[in-house]
Amino acid sequence: MSGIRIEGLSKSYGANQVLDGLDLTVAAGECFTLLGPSSCGKTVLMRLLAGFETPDAGRIVIDDTVVAAADVNVPTDRRGIGMVFQDYAVWPHMSVRDNVVYPLKLAGLPADERAERTQAVIELVGLSGLEQRMPSQLSGGQQQRVALARALVSNPALLLLDEPLNNLDANLREEMRFEIRELQQRLGITVIYVTHDQEIALAISDRLAVMDEKGHLRQIGAPNELFDHPTDAYIYRFLGVANFVPLRKVSSGWLLPDGTTAWVGQSPERHGEHLTAGFRPNDIVLSRDGEGLPGIVRRASFLGSQMDYLIDVGGVSLRASTDSRHALSDGQMFRDGEACRIRFHTVQWFDEVLPDGAVKGEFHV
Amino acid sequence: MFSKAASRFGTPQILFGLAVGILVVFVAVPVLLIFFNALWVDGHFNVADVIKVLSEPDTYKALVNSLILASGVTITGTIVGTFFAWLVTRTDLPYKGAMKVLFLVPFMLPSFIGALAWKMLLSPRAGYINRFFMETLGFEEPIFNIYSYLGIIGVETMYLFPFVFIQVSGALERMDPTLEESARISGADLFTITRKITIPLVLPSILSGALLIMLYSMAHFGTVAVLGIEAGIYNIPTLIYERIHQSAGSFAAIRTGTVLSAVLVITAAFIIWLQNKVLARGRYQIIAGKSFRPAELKLRGLRIPLLVFCIAYIGFTIVLPTVTIFMVGGLNTYGLPFTLENMTLNNYRYILFEWDLTRDAIWNSVSLGAASALITMFAGVIISYVIVKMKVRGKGLLEFLGMLPFSVPGSVIALGVILAWSGKFGINIYNTVWIILVAYIARYMAFSLKANSAALEQVHDSLVEAARASGATMWQALRDIVIPLVRPGMVAAFFLIFLPALRELTVSVLLYGPTSRTIGVAIYTLNEDGETVYSAAMAGIALIIIVVAEVVVKRFFKVGK
Amino acid sequence: MSYLKLRNIGKRFGNVAAVSGLNLDVERGECVALLGPSGCGKTTTLRMVAGFEDIDEGEIEAGDRMLSSRKRNYYLPPEKRDFGMVFQAFAVWPHMTVYENVAFPLRIRKLPAVEIERRTREALTHTNLLKVADAHPDDLSGGGKQRVALARALAIQPDVMLLDEPLSSLDPHFREEMRFEIKDIQRRLGLSILYVTHDQSEAMALSDRILVMKNGVVQQVGSPTEVYYHPANRFVFGFIGLSSFLRASFSGGGIMVGDTPMPLAVAKDAPVELVGVGEAVLAVRPADVDFVAEGGLRGVVRRRAFLGELVDYQIAIGTQILRVQKSRHAVGPQLGENCGVTFANSHWYPYSMSD
Repeated sequence: MSGIRIEGLSKSYGANQVLDGLDLTVAAGECFTLLGPSSCGKTVLMRLLAGFETPDAGRIVIDDTVVAAADVNVPTDRRGIGMVFQDYAVWPHMSVRDNVVYPLKLAGLPADERAERTQAVIELVGLSGLEQRMPSQLSGGQQQRVALARALVSNPALLLLDEPLNNLDANLREEMRFEIRELQQRLGITVIYVTHDQEIALAISDRLAVMDEKGHLRQIGAPNELFDHPTDAYIYRFLGVANFVPLRKVSSGWLLPDGTTAWVGQSPERHGEHLTAGFRPNDIVLSRDGEGLPGIVRRASFLGSQMDYLIDVGGVSLRASTDSRHALSDGQMFRDGEACRIRFHTVQWFDEVLPDGAVKGEFHV
Repeated sequence: MFSKAASRFGTPQILFGLAVGILVVFVAVPVLLIFFNALWVDGHFNVADVIKVLSEPDTYKALVNSLILASGVTITGTIVGTFFAWLVTRTDLPYKGAMKVLFLVPFMLPSFIGALAWKMLLSPRAGYINRFFMETLGFEEPIFNIYSYLGIIGVETMYLFPFVFIQVSGALERMDPTLEESARISGADLFTITRKITIPLVLPSILSGALLIMLYSMAHFGTVAVLGIEAGIYNIPTLIYERIHQSAGSFAAIRTGTVLSAVLVITAAFIIWLQNKVLARGRYQIIAGKSFRPAELKLRGLRIPLLVFCIAYIGFTIVLPTVTIFMVGGLNTYGLPFTLENMTLNNYRYILFEWDLTRDAIWNSVSLGAASALITMFAGVIISYVIVKMKVRGKGLLEFLGMLPFSVPGSVIALGVILAWSGKFGINIYNTVWIILVAYIARYMAFSLKANSAALEQVHDSLVEAARASGATMWQALRDIVIPLVRPGMVAAFFLIFLPALRELTVSVLLYGPTSRTIGVAIYTLNEDGETVYSAAMAGIALIIIVVAEVVVKRFFKVGK
Repeated sequence: MSYLKLRNIGKRFGNVAAVSGLNLDVERGECVALLGPSGCGKTTTLRMVAGFEDIDEGEIEAGDRMLSSRKRNYYLPPEKRDFGMVFQAFAVWPHMTVYENVAFPLRIRKLPAVEIERRTREALTHTNLLKVADAHPDDLSGGGKQRVALARALAIQPDVMLLDEPLSSLDPHFREEMRFEIKDIQRRLGLSILYVTHDQSEAMALSDRILVMKNGVVQQVGSPTEVYYHPANRFVFGFIGLSSFLRASFSGGGIMVGDTPMPLAVAKDAPVELVGVGEAVLAVRPADVDFVAEGGLRGVVRRRAFLGELVDYQIAIGTQILRVQKSRHAVGPQLGENCGVTFANSHWYPYSMSD
């Protein structure tokens, strides 16, 4: 097994250039996620990998075999992949067992080997005892497992997952994402997972790539790397709730948007007039007094393990999240209208984040 | 650079060509010939001649009658249908479940057989009810003459109201109950809610059903033929029939026919367009969901009386005519009283086993029905596949051609088929069963397309793609996934066509020849020739065949599922 | 002064008691959430207050008016109760404009035209709908439709609003925003709200008090902090917030979780009465677990997932799993490592067969 190589891949539909010279390498046995907003091109990339579409230019190599190139187009049925679709695509007229054994039948395996492997993979996904059921008798989560089993039964070199958890309810989604991850690690199978949900991407990937609306891969790396050291504010905002405070340089330092509050604490060496501080809600440390930016709590919500605050500081509104347990014991549970002081665990620095959400410029250390 | 698969000349193109070919030959050509014949006189476009034909007294009268009759039936049918729908879904009427099923029975009865029965009951001199009142009760005049506008409208209403009933009861049942609850909590009482919320939301369904009644009635032959010709009341289909039959297919008659057909087609197309618009605008929420049902109106004192009324209505419109048919069919001679010595099963035996005319008719109907159903079923699958699943240009044309027959009434198709297949293109099958087969295919293609498209749409692309990813080639995927999933739709299409074809009259009455009668034609011509008893017996047998077929199909489907 | 009083109300469907023995006083300007899993009776309770269901036991009063009373055989139909109500599927009328929808309850009451206009505009202003007053609901998004439903309920300036899972049909991203809008409107207008939901985070964020139900029976009534920190029983503990349960056994030598001994420092709150029984369940919240380098309850990190701001751990203690969540700034063990845990807060419950 030697993973997946994508070189210079391009695809357009009419006037719409969806992918333009995309390069990507996925190591064997890696769980790799393509994360991006809807219609950014991630599904098109997946369909090119599967062979449902042919690229306009570029090469795709799966496990050392060229499956798509200028003069090559290996049809889907011979690429040795497994695929799980968003709507499960479990065949309604076949039982669970018949669904799962189908790839092996097509491969022409002898009956006893088919039976053995089918049973093994059905147990693997936790569907033992349900082999004779028809899909209409199964829940959404169970159908998704059938789809998973069917995709795994032929030991594919690559498993493609196209937002498989989208149609499940929130609780099930949480459970199943970990199950998929565990399966992947156990079998050592190469997985490419496509989703718009950053929670899933962060939780299960070895590496992930953030794709933007134009089909460009903005950054590739491990989850914690992208979460705290993104190359730009677009990625930062995509991966989680983010606060941005635009700062303006004056002789004595940096000023917040209200024009009077001064930034307290570290700031990078910068030439130029503008800088933006970025941080996550639980990067904020609140105290009653002492050092820090002065703020007023506009709204306080008790959410159980967390206290969620909306705080007005220097002309901006910030989301803060603190551990309610410590807040309670330290007397740091704030109420609406109370004054507070704000410090930070960590701050990321960016050039400029425009009010309409557009993002300019890069990330600075 | 990679070649785009779609631009190559391959299987998709062949299938597309085949689909277009089928639709053009069977559907488009007949319809086009109608318009051609109507508007193209002596080598050039001639509208003045069209107007001349339309303003002849007879043709003009037929147009007006069509409108009057259709409007009358629409109004009464809508009122009756809406009333019963509301009773059955929104009140505490007892035995609602049974009522719901019983109100659908009139659909199963071909309305011309109903007309026949009512003729036997209420014709001014020989009708049993009238005779009862005049002879036994001493009335001077018959209490009702069925050969009248009122008679036709009354009889058609009885058998057409289910169009509205089905749509309205469906809408009332599926409506989100919280729409009415939120009105209640806003302070409105039940009367205000019905007026301001329920009715406006259900109006699209009412209108849609009403338009369907209108369409059907305008294109309907049987009832007007049985009850109207006596009184000189003609509508468009019956006038066309009269002219063509009397003149044995003269040029002038055909001309009149095509002009009238053109008018009919345009009207029908307009009605369908209107119906689509109404439904599209009224596509409101249909949330089945929580288990809380909408509030029921308590009928209190009216409960039993209304139940009795419903049962009486059903008895009157279904039981009475059916019993009459069977009893008259068992008489030795028409007009005799129903005493045991006058009753016999001979007629039934004769029709079923001895008389060539009727035996051939039964055989023709069954085989024509089966053949046309089979052919349209397969053609429908291919064409639907092209429309739903393939990415070729020109799909819109296919869709349009396929749905065309919906707006082309039976008489028009028959006429078009005569024009196309009586030697014009080298093939003459006039007066044979084959021309009826061709007409049936044209007529019912749209039904097959609808049923098959619906089934195909259920087969999501991802189901096929999952098969490809599992290692199946396109053909294997078709064989193992698509066809098994589409089969129920195909079977549905088959019966959707077989059953109506079995009892059909409007088309075959214009196309039959001495050896190519259908069941409907046999019943009608026997009645026309004055052989009332045989006509009734044949009708009785037809009813049995139809009911048995319907029941078997329902069972078959249950088992098949 | 309680405004809405529910006294011992109950409702049966056939043999099943959908609601029994429910008591609740809702103060003026208070928001009370009816929280529980589906089928627990919360929606039935709301419908009894609204008047869509009659009660089989007890009494319901609002202000000084009796609404339903079994004793006195009295039942006031919904159209006379003057409540504002918002339904889960919005229930806005598609054939009327936004304005007509909102004005409807005022027109029914035959208020003078000037008054109708004034109140309708007011309600539309509160919900940010003035600009789309002439649009049809189907032209609006889900959130827009919900605002129309809200405005319509507010139009008559009711004292009490009844909300039946109003946010569950909305996009998750939008839900949070609407939560706070509802809260703002409630504060501004001083409304009493009875709010049905199955989402505990929604209940916590929105309400002054939460009433937790299970199988028709009230489990606990209290403020969000009360219900979270002092759950009345194991069901409430498990329903509100995340939780982990460890089965522990008491023996002569001490307390054991499976085969792993539990140090006394960790098991500090074990109640005496459970010790005698021999088995009990220790319930703890993932955020209340701390890692210790030495000592504590020992286990192995079986799963470590990066959730963004938080890291989620599954610690295997013998065959049982303990869930831990820590901020990513905190130090924690790696996958496969041995570790020890202590509990900052925990509850002990009796062990039952259903565990």
